[in-house]
Amino acid sequence: MQRQSRDLFDVSTIPDDLAPIATVLSGMLPGDWRSMRPLIDRLKCVKCGLCWLYCPVQCVVEKPRWFDFDLAVCKGCGVCAQECPHRAILMVEEMGR
Amino acid sequence: MTNGTTSAAIQKLHFYQKGTFTVGNRLVSEADRSVQASIDRSNALTCGHRACQGCGEALGARYALDAALRAAGGNLIAVNATGCLEVFTTPYPETSWQIPWIHSLFGNAAAVATGVAAAMRVKGRPEIRVVAQGGDGGTTDIGFGCLSGMFERNDDVLYICYDNEAYMNTGVQRSSATPPAARTATTPAVGPQPGNVFGTGKSVPKIAVAHGIPFVATATVADLHDLERKVVKAMGIHGARYLHIHVPCPLGWGSASQDTIRLAQLAVECGMFPVFEAEHGVVTGRRKIRRRVPVEDYLKPQRRFAHLFTTEEGRKCISQLQAMADRNIAEYRLFDWEGDVE
Repeated sequence: MQRQSRDLFDVSTIPDDLAPIATVLSGMLPGDWRSMRPLIDRLKCVKCGLCWLYCPVQCVVEKPRWFDFDLAVCKGCGVCAQECPHRAILMVEEMGR
Repeated sequence: MTNGTTSAAIQKLHFYQKGTFTVGNRLVSEADRSVQASIDRSNALTCGHRACQGCGEALGARYALDAALRAAGGNLIAVNATGCLEVFTTPYPETSWQIPWIHSLFGNAAAVATGVAAAMRVKGRPEIRVVAQGGDGGTTDIGFGCLSGMFERNDDVLYICYDNEAYMNTGVQRSSATPPAARTATTPAVGPQPGNVFGTGKSVPKIAVAHGIPFVATATVADLHDLERKVVKAMGIHGARYLHIHVPCPLGWGSASQDTIRLAQLAVECGMFPVFEAEHGVVTGRRKIRRRVPVEDYLKPQRRFAHLFTTEEGRKCISQLQAMADRNIAEYRLFDWEGDVE
C-alpha cells in the first residue's frame, strides 16, 4: 500500500499516562483500490465543478480549462461520471500505470 | 446575463438543473468560484481515509465539518461516536482529521461534547465551538439517552447524525433508523413481511423538534449547498442543535458506488426522506420536491429492497412504503405548488 504519512508532532513530548492519541496524519493513497479509472473529455468539460463538489475523496484537481483527477487518490467510485451534466467523464477499465 | 459582453466570441452558456446548482461554475464571479486551492477553504478531513468507494458519509462529514470550521473561525473541537466514520478515519496511531478530534465510546458522544463545551466555558474560551457527530446507530439507538439529555440541558453543541440507515461498519445490522422492508443481516427477507418490520423505528429529527431546541434540520449529500447553509446557520446559534444528514452507503444498501448522489437525490424526491428545518420546536423551512418520483425509482437500484420486486408480499410492501412517503409529503407540505413556494 502506497503511503505518504507525516508526523503531526514530536512523539517524545507525549506524557506516558495520556490516553491513546493519534501521532501521524494519515495520508494513505487509495489509488490502487481502483478497478475503473475516470477519463475526462477536455472539450466537453465546461468547468461546472460538480465532479469537484461531489468527489468523496477530493481527487478532482483544477486545470486551466478542465478538471482532472489525482489518480494516486481516486478510488474509482464513478460518482463524477454519473453526476457530470455534460457526460464529459467516462469510466474506463484500469489497466495499470 | 451577468457577463454583459456582446462579442461574437462569447461562449455559449449552459444552465443546469442539478440540485440547487442552477448555474455553472464558470458563470459565477471569480471570487465565488469553487477553487480547491483557495486558502480560506478548510479541509477538516483529508483524502487519506479508508472509506469505501462512493462513501456518502465521507462526503457529508467533510462538507459538514468544513462548513462548521469556517463558521467557527477555525476554533472547533469534534467529538465522534463509534461508527464507520470513526473507524475509517482513525486507525491508531493515524488520523485523517486536521482538527482537534476526540472519540470515547459508542453511546456517549453527546455527553463527551457537553463536557468539552463546559470545560471550554470554564476555561474562559467560549469562542471554541463543539461539534459531536455519529452514525445512526450511535445516535438513534445506543447514544440516544445522552443525546436527549444534551437537548434537554440545551448544551452549546451541534450534534450531527450521519444516517446510513443501519450498522454498516459491523456488517449491516438493523438500527432504529432502518426503513421498513429493508433487508439487513438481522432482518432477513423471509416470511409474510420480508425485511424490516413495518411500524418499528423512530424519527430522531422529529424527537429533536419535540425537545424544542433552537435548531433542528435534516440535509442530504445530494444538496451540499443546502447542507453547508444549514451547518453555518446552526453554528451561528448557541444552544443544542441537531443536524440529520442522509448519507447513502453503497456497501450496506447494495447499490452501485456511482449511484450515491443519485440515490440521495431520489430519497428526497420520492418523499422517503423529508428535508426540513425547525427552530424552537416549529418547522420553519422545507425543501420542496421539484420532480416527484414513485418510491420504486428509489428502491430499484438498492439490493436491500430487491426482494420486494419478486414476490406478491413485496408488492404490498412497496405500496405501504409509497403510503409512508405520501404521509411525509403531506405532513411537511413538500409538494403543494398551490400553496406558498419557498
